[in-house]
Amino acid sequence: MSSKNLKNSPLSPSLENLYKAYESMYLIRRFEEKAGQLYGMGFIAGFCHLYIGQEAVVIGLQQAVTTNDSIITSYRDHGHMLACDMSPGGVMAELTGRSGGYSKGKGGSMHMFSREKKFYGGHGIVGAQVPIGTGLALAHQYKNDNGICFTYMGDGGSNQGQMFEAFNMAALWKLPVLYIIENNLYAMGTSLDRHAAVTDLSTRGSAQGIPGKSVDGMDYLAMREAALEAASYVRSGKGPFVLEAKTYRYRGHSMSDPAKYRSKEEVEDIKSHHDPLSILEAEILRQGGDKDHLESITKDVKKKIDAAVEFAKESPEPSESELFTDILV
Amino acid sequence: MTVEKMPETITVREALRDAMAEEMRQNPNVFLMGEEVAEYQGAYKVSQGLLEEFGSKRVIDTPITEAGFAGVGVGAAFGGLSPIVEFMTFNFSMQAIDQIINSAAKTLYMSGGQMGCPIVFRGPNGSAARVGAQHSQCFASWYAHCPGLKVVSPYNAIDAKGLLKAAIRDPNPVVFLENELLYGQRFEAPPSGSDFILPIGKAHIERPGKDVTLVGFSIMVGYALEAAEELAKEGIDVEVINLRSLRPLDLETIFESVRKTNHCVTLEEGFPYAGIGSELSAQIMEHMFDFLDAPVLRVTAKDVPLPYAANLERLAIPRSPEIVQAVKNVLYNA
Ligand SMILES: Cc1ncc(C[n+]2csc(CCOP(=O)(O)OP(=O)(O)O)c2C)c(N)n1
Ligand SMILES: [Mg+2]
Repeated sequence: MSSKNLKNSPLSPSLENLYKAYESMYLIRRFEEKAGQLYGMGFIAGFCHLYIGQEAVVIGLQQAVTTNDSIITSYRDHGHMLACDMSPGGVMAELTGRSGGYSKGKGGSMHMFSREKKFYGGHGIVGAQVPIGTGLALAHQYKNDNGICFTYMGDGGSNQGQMFEAFNMAALWKLPVLYIIENNLYAMGTSLDRHAAVTDLSTRGSAQGIPGKSVDGMDYLAMREAALEAASYVRSGKGPFVLEAKTYRYRGHSMSDPAKYRSKEEVEDIKSHHDPLSILEAEILRQGGDKDHLESITKDVKKKIDAAVEFAKESPEPSESELFTDILV
Repeated sequence: MTVEKMPETITVREALRDAMAEEMRQNPNVFLMGEEVAEYQGAYKVSQGLLEEFGSKRVIDTPITEAGFAGVGVGAAFGGLSPIVEFMTFNFSMQAIDQIINSAAKTLYMSGGQMGCPIVFRGPNGSAARVGAQHSQCFASWYAHCPGLKVVSPYNAIDAKGLLKAAIRDPNPVVFLENELLYGQRFEAPPSGSDFILPIGKAHIERPGKDVTLVGFSIMVGYALEAAEELAKEGIDVEVINLRSLRPLDLETIFESVRKTNHCVTLEEGFPYAGIGSELSAQIMEHMFDFLDAPVLRVTAKDVPLPYAANLERLAIPRSPEIVQAVKNVLYNA
């Protein structure tokens, strides 16, 4: 769907909204760039999966999130947490394994949570978050709190058996869950057409009668409109919905993946013609926005991220007594 | 001038690859499947070169669907093939454990001996570095618990090659527990010739000694050897047993050692509760009670999910200093 069609739609956002979205997307971009640097410097270790390139997906969807909604995703989770308004310092300090991190340093990049922000992780086992998100939706329905659960997964994750099991229950019980498949075309080194028999992932729920839609995940406006529609469908009690966001990750699967399975040209083409920040910037300017204002936004974000990095470096390691806490309540 | 000839060395990674390649050359029914095993050459590059040599019919990239492809492997084994199923890590075998236990391990028995399942489930097990609780766990005791499986865990390149070849030839389901941190380590190369195999169920004495027996497997063998060096400086003579096989367990070798040393410390990266060390100490207590001068001690991971933070991770996973301390404790020498 093209953003041009949205100009006069009632769903079309204000310039203010676009500025805010740009800020949020740039915050993720900058955060991830810095996380990559800190990894290179040895402050972060293990697995670290960057979200660069996919920013418009989560920020588009965030526009449809209301107070009682819950959110859950995979290990590629930094962007989702920042979108939930979790503090960049708290997230970064978890990446560095420090006590100021969201899990006191005990979780790491893939395992962060915030009950306050209703962010339920951060899951390292591909596909595991899908039934869990479905269970969060069961809780919304049970408590009748008007909340829905935004359950994210990757294209590779959308092959897991437990996803299909969860879809069936969600459809059967009309659970308020919005499934978002972030199709970045690769599951680690395996391209979509080599891992999925049907590559239109919006049809993942068709056997269970779950409606779905594909949307350009590089285009904030398109993402936002699709999110608002899908969330209002789910919120109205009709049951689950599947949104396939077609997107791309710029970096390797994790910091240790040189990504030799795709060509430089492919990556460069996306960066120069489909970059979500550039697309949104062009839209802002087209709507009469101000380049200087965008610059001041990026300046502020950079400061915020610098502070987060500082915090993550300075925060002390967890105390040794933490080793044996939090195992049982 | 004489040139000293260095013994030839290879990495564990190469040894594993060579084992698969040799068995695939010998038996056309052997094939490999798993995530990223073909075009990517293995997430940890263990299957390097196999796609090129054997083609996509025999080196198969699967989707991320462990329960599915483990079950497909079991069916293929029932159907007369000899699959090698790679789990990117054994953490993900939890998705598939039902097929491993309920289908692969039990069907021979349930079919009155008709339906053997010649399959190997292999991949890295135990803790890697800084990958957190869901990606760092030793499943040795989980699988060793179950009748109908063989469970093997190599330490060095000789183990890796000899045991993997034995596992592939074995008519039973074999769970083959590797270690990511050992993949890149160089060891003495296995004897050349494609017929070199090691028997499953036989332990190996890596270092003979008379004062105390250390029994471990996989990466813990390396730490045991380090600890033994350390203790030798203090005049303590340590025997190090590399179990190689966790089911069946080579009790004879262990008992013989304990008969000599009268002291035993078990080593594993798994949790202490109902671990391999629990089984070892129960067996030693039941059969060797009269030969023990002290209770068997267990060195294990701490009884906590593995933390990400560097300082806590160091505390959670046992390394050679803990082994040195345990040996001193078991000798009342602390
Ligand atoms: C059950 C399980 N199997 C394998 C893995 C290893 N693994 C981690 S991420 C990944 C690829 C997932 O790709 P996709 O779902 O497309 O998500 P993306 O990384 O592209 O965001 C794999 C195979 C895992 N974490 N869990
Ligand atoms: Mg993907």
